[in-house]
Amino acid sequence: MPQTIDEIPPTPINTVDSKTVKTGGWRAFRPVCHYEKCIRCWTCWKFCPDVSISLGEEGPIYDYDHCKGCGICANECPVKCIEMVPENK
Amino acid sequence: MIEIRFHGRGGQGAVVASQLFADAAFLEGKDVQAFPYFGVERRGAPVTAFTKIDSDKIRDKAMIYEPDIVVVLEPSLLQAVNVTEGLKEGGLVLINTEEDAKDISERLGVKNVATVGATKIALANKLGSRVQPIVNTAIVGALAKASGLVSIDSVLKAVLKLPLYADRNAEAAKQAYEATALPGGA
Amino acid sequence: MVKEIMAGNKATAYGAMLARAQVIAAYPITPQTTIVERIADLIAAGKWDAKYVMVESEHSAMAASVAASNTGARAFTATSAHGLALMHEVLMWAAGARTPCVLVNVNRAMGPPWSVYADHQDSMAQRDTGVIQFYCENNQEILDSIVIAYKVAEDPSVLLPAMVNQDAFYLSHTSEPVDIPDQELVDGYLPPFRPSIKLDVEDPKGFGSFIMPPQYMEFRAHMARGMDAARERIRKADREWKEITGRSYGGMMDMYRCEDADFILFGAGTMMSTAKEVVDALRKEGRRVGVARLRVFRPFPYEEVRYLADRAHAIGILDRAFTFGRGGPLYNETNGQLYNHKNRPPTKNYIVGVGGRDVRQKHIRGIFDDLERFEKKGYGNEGEVHWWGLLDGSTPEVER
Repeated sequence: MPQTIDEIPPTPINTVDSKTVKTGGWRAFRPVCHYEKCIRCWTCWKFCPDVSISLGEEGPIYDYDHCKGCGICANECPVKCIEMVPENK
Repeated sequence: MIEIRFHGRGGQGAVVASQLFADAAFLEGKDVQAFPYFGVERRGAPVTAFTKIDSDKIRDKAMIYEPDIVVVLEPSLLQAVNVTEGLKEGGLVLINTEEDAKDISERLGVKNVATVGATKIALANKLGSRVQPIVNTAIVGALAKASGLVSIDSVLKAVLKLPLYADRNAEAAKQAYEATALPGGA
Repeated sequence: MVKEIMAGNKATAYGAMLARAQVIAAYPITPQTTIVERIADLIAAGKWDAKYVMVESEHSAMAASVAASNTGARAFTATSAHGLALMHEVLMWAAGARTPCVLVNVNRAMGPPWSVYADHQDSMAQRDTGVIQFYCENNQEILDSIVIAYKVAEDPSVLLPAMVNQDAFYLSHTSEPVDIPDQELVDGYLPPFRPSIKLDVEDPKGFGSFIMPPQYMEFRAHMARGMDAARERIRKADREWKEITGRSYGGMMDMYRCEDADFILFGAGTMMSTAKEVVDALRKEGRRVGVARLRVFRPFPYEEVRYLADRAHAIGILDRAFTFGRGGPLYNETNGQLYNHKNRPPTKNYIVGVGGRDVRQKHIRGIFDDLERFEKKGYGNEGEVHWWGLLDGSTPEVER
């Protein structure tokens, strides 16, 4: 934390990239894919607002360091193979 | 300061005429201003433009209300516009017309009237069309003669900077300069 | 140096070209249109190495300028009236992001009633955005001010956008002699824009990020410091410009025969040029009058205003704009500046030239007469804001 105004730049500059800033801790529900039902249509991948899904052999692979648990993937999945599981369970 | 008001119809080049004459005076070392009447302009509608010329720096930014000289690019405007409004005592009117200066002088009640057949000269030099002759360069040549404010050489220098048909325009200016009938038939 | 006759809008294009603006994003609007036409022509003809960005609105024009400036490019745009109003949000952004873009605003009245004529309402309404504001009285000043504006705006102690204002038609469409300085001369005055922080794919950074309450105020105070620093930078930039071109605009304020003036008129734009003619005429009649032309509205020229107050028996403040419910903007600013000053001569506000109404020498003369009457009569709140020439019988007929 800067202690005086002179340590603050003229305008906010973010030098830490979003990959370094982990947002997985914001999650209350975690998406879990049941691969046996997945048809690999990648609707989840298209819709993920946080770019936290990558393409795996069997279906979506989640980046749980950054997934905020919004549930859009589960909602959009045409075959309902993604389950939102409570984090504290 | 000499103040000149130009009357024309949209598309005839009154605004460019005001600029060309200002440029000619500028080339002779004068300070100048040229501007259109701040109105909405449409082709065919009456248009007014102004030129101010002075040997000192011109700081007055207002429009012209009491011109020393009035220039009329289109004789039919005499019916539509009060072209002599505010003209200074002893002021000069230059009109593009084939009519006799004396008749116009009587009609307008103005002593100093100069005339030039600018339409004929413009058409002879293929400037504009029969329905829309562009008479501005001819009238500027005539104004050099009628006013004596600038030399025809300075007018030609200004006209030759035009991006299109500069030579034909310069020729029209020169012919109009020669053809101008001065007040009192001089 | 080449001197030629040109309209204010052409002088604008030349100013931006001589300043080597690299990105131009603009949307046409009367009476600014010939600026963008001229710029597009110059770039298309290969006379100017710059990128012209077609945008669909003024909001986008300013947004593109900010983005270009963020990458370290010198950005330029131009607009007028409603276009400037549409830019409002992004003007705030440009200032907060500390992107020193320069824009030219052709001062035009706000509608309705619909109008395209000279009026300062559009720019004065942008006073709180953090954008530096210059006002011009002739076409030479427009060209020069664009170069000066970049010099000031890009100074590391300032880093704020700047707006150069010129009166619709009185300058934008009026041709008069303008000296075009040599490119080398301008280059020597205005070095390339090299911001210490910028968008760079090799060194990624995030701009305009979210700031929590414990720090937001410090960023705004930084902007305030930048704007305050601009005063001295503008004075210096003006002196340096004079050294190489011989032309000065008085730094923060253009004072004409004010040193010993008893009655001073203070206002902005072309009408103050006309007023200088009246000052000379009245001086010949033995009247001690002067004209102070507002050159910079933001930052406000407080030292100069106090200088006027130290001499004048009364100051007449001419506003070509209005703050509905509280007089003209310049009047309010001036009075506010003088409240804590020991010398406070009476001030009277004259609303003039609104919506392009021609301001003639007889009007200025009438206002000087009225100001003397006002001062002799003793003053109070009565008649403090006078709409000069309004069809309400309040102005002597001969002076309307």
